[in-house]
Amino acid sequence: MGCPTDFRDSPDEAAFRSRLRAWIAEHNPGLPVSSTDDEYWARQAEWHTALYDAGFFGLSWPSRFGGYDLPPVYDVILDEELAAAGAPPRPSLGYLVQGITTHGSEEVQQRFLPGLISGRERWCQGFSEPDAGSDLASLSTTATRDGDDYVIHGHKIWTSYSDVADWCFLLARTDPNVPKHKGLSAFAVPMRQPGITQYPLRMINGITREFGQVVFDGARVPAANMIGKPGEGWRVAMTIVSHEREPSEVGYVARYVKMAKDLEAMVRARPDAFRSDQREAVAWAHVQAEMLRLHVRRRLSERLDGLEHGPGGSIDKILMTWVEQTVGAAALSVAGSRAVVDSEDVGLKVYLYSRAQSVMGGTSQIQKNIIATRILGLPAA
Amino acid sequence: MDIRDTPEQAELRRTARRLARELGPRNVRDLDDAERRARLAAAVRDAGWLALRHGADGAPDASGVEAAIIAEALAEPVADVPFAGPILAADLARRAGAQPIDGAVTGFAADLIDAAVVSGPVTGRPVLAVDTAPQGPIAAYVLVPEGDGYRLALVRSDGAVADAAPPSRGTDLTRAIRSLPAGVRVQPVPDQTRRLTRDDLAAWTALGLALTSADMVGVMRGVLDVSVAYAKERKQYGVAIGSFQAVQHLLAEARCLLEGASSAALYPAWAVDELSPDEARAAGRVAKAYCVRAVRTVCETAVQVHGGIGNTWDCIVHVYLRRGLLSSWWFGDDGEQLRHIERTRLGVPYGLS
Repeated sequence: MGCPTDFRDSPDEAAFRSRLRAWIAEHNPGLPVSSTDDEYWARQAEWHTALYDAGFFGLSWPSRFGGYDLPPVYDVILDEELAAAGAPPRPSLGYLVQGITTHGSEEVQQRFLPGLISGRERWCQGFSEPDAGSDLASLSTTATRDGDDYVIHGHKIWTSYSDVADWCFLLARTDPNVPKHKGLSAFAVPMRQPGITQYPLRMINGITREFGQVVFDGARVPAANMIGKPGEGWRVAMTIVSHEREPSEVGYVARYVKMAKDLEAMVRARPDAFRSDQREAVAWAHVQAEMLRLHVRRRLSERLDGLEHGPGGSIDKILMTWVEQTVGAAALSVAGSRAVVDSEDVGLKVYLYSRAQSVMGGTSQIQKNIIATRILGLPAA
Repeated sequence: MDIRDTPEQAELRRTARRLARELGPRNVRDLDDAERRARLAAAVRDAGWLALRHGADGAPDASGVEAAIIAEALAEPVADVPFAGPILAADLARRAGAQPIDGAVTGFAADLIDAAVVSGPVTGRPVLAVDTAPQGPIAAYVLVPEGDGYRLALVRSDGAVADAAPPSRGTDLTRAIRSLPAGVRVQPVPDQTRRLTRDDLAAWTALGLALTSADMVGVMRGVLDVSVAYAKERKQYGVAIGSFQAVQHLLAEARCLLEGASSAALYPAWAVDELSPDEARAAGRVAKAYCVRAVRTVCETAVQVHGGIGNTWDCIVHVYLRRGLLSSWWFGDDGEQLRHIERTRLGVPYGLS
């Protein structure tokens, strides 16, 4: 018989897990969940470098760029232990790393991956625009060749962490004279230069530090900072968004498990203070979070076969969205009247933030279009 | 950590799928074909699949994962053959140190959640033999209280009494539920060597939760295949209805539910042999709660996508829905599982409503 189905840790995995557990016990910064508080975003960089310096970040990425060449299941172990300890999730950078390793030249990889992985250089992502959301390829930000540089004009939105970023993974139009999908290119744009103005976005739950808007007005980027070839921007973007859709890449499982556990603890403190439907909502949140944990394990095991990332990421994105919104609904239910008496209530904030999950990284409607046509083989609408 | 199918498991999955597709019903009328049904039952028996949970020295011959693979494969084309019933009976007998009896299933209380507990002849409350042969004699294991555990016993209806055991009137048209007639004798199982403990029953329940969940994963996969094929072929306004986004999104959501259910269901199938009985049963409760809600939505989606014809007896879709309903109830539906999760994880005491 081949090696049998095994949910258990191998000896190496178990040793890693116990080392990690001991480290987290000592270094858990006790930050609030990312969706409810600006303090998380203010101190996220610190958490990233602490994890990296201790040897617990970039586990499945190439060692020549500062990763550890470990199988992807080590990322699950990291997520599970962070969740078990109630520690913040790992930073969600996997999709940028995938974009650069898949499309960047050797020079680009060597220049940018080590800083991105170690957290020494901070990145944001400049894809969406006010008039280019789901129809991303219609974006109008331009990058125009000028000597050894490109000059950028345009308006980006949903640029997470742009206010602290050193670099922006920017998608811009380099050729207006070809069909919209063919005229785009991707760049690593330095953020600390004239010609860049930033405006924070305040989300419906009040947080201001996660998302920003960036206006480029004559900012410059060396042509050598192009990621992929001229006109290859759409392919680069698709690599990134398909990874951005996968819970195994973004490490959100830890966040959901932590939120579900927090709700369980609230009910456990006084079970008779909650109605049966509130208790059931919390039990169901546990079921959903546990499903996603197991789903990520399955997906990462499948990746041992060298399975390509494809439209399956859209299924994972929908499942992740359902989990986040189930946990959010449970948080609202358990909060009871506090959710309407106190606008700062954590349960309310978790709920309000959860509504964005069916939009960010591609709306649920776009995901369902992809599943229907590319997985189920239904005819295009 | 590696939860892929081994090459042997992948081969078993292919074989079981092929056999189920060849001998299972192709349409609703096929359900009345007793000769086909007998060939299917013989093929499953000859493949040795009903003996997977037999074993020597307490250990089963095959893991819960293999049993779940077959349960899922048989459900995909709604194969009308006893499988989980005999497997669970054999698992219970093995735990009691007894040689499993061919064709036996487990007797359940009326709510289909727990194995029936009896002392003396079967009276008043009926004992339900679940997933047994659709007609002929019935043999069902039941539990007799003894000390702080249970002794295994057998109720049989054969000979003259068999005539009194009516055929199944169950909702699932592919698996029989038959009531043991009043007055049948409870017979000892003389070769049992151990009393069944609370842990034995927890582990056995975990297997029940794993197999009913796997069955629902198969039901979802099968009914979704049927529905996607129909959406490609059925035309309205001159085009396939599967080209409308409203229909596409229903089917896409169903596919996501199938994938989530499939991920949740594998864990208890593994856990039943590898983790403590309580941990395995907790894994089973999570899977079951998820699969029950998923299978309901997926089957209702299938009815909707088939439109008017999906609401007629001759359309195969209701056969899936009905099978899903039995697998949902057997060992407890979503509400039942969530109540248990509340007790163990939220500290909700018994009796608090």
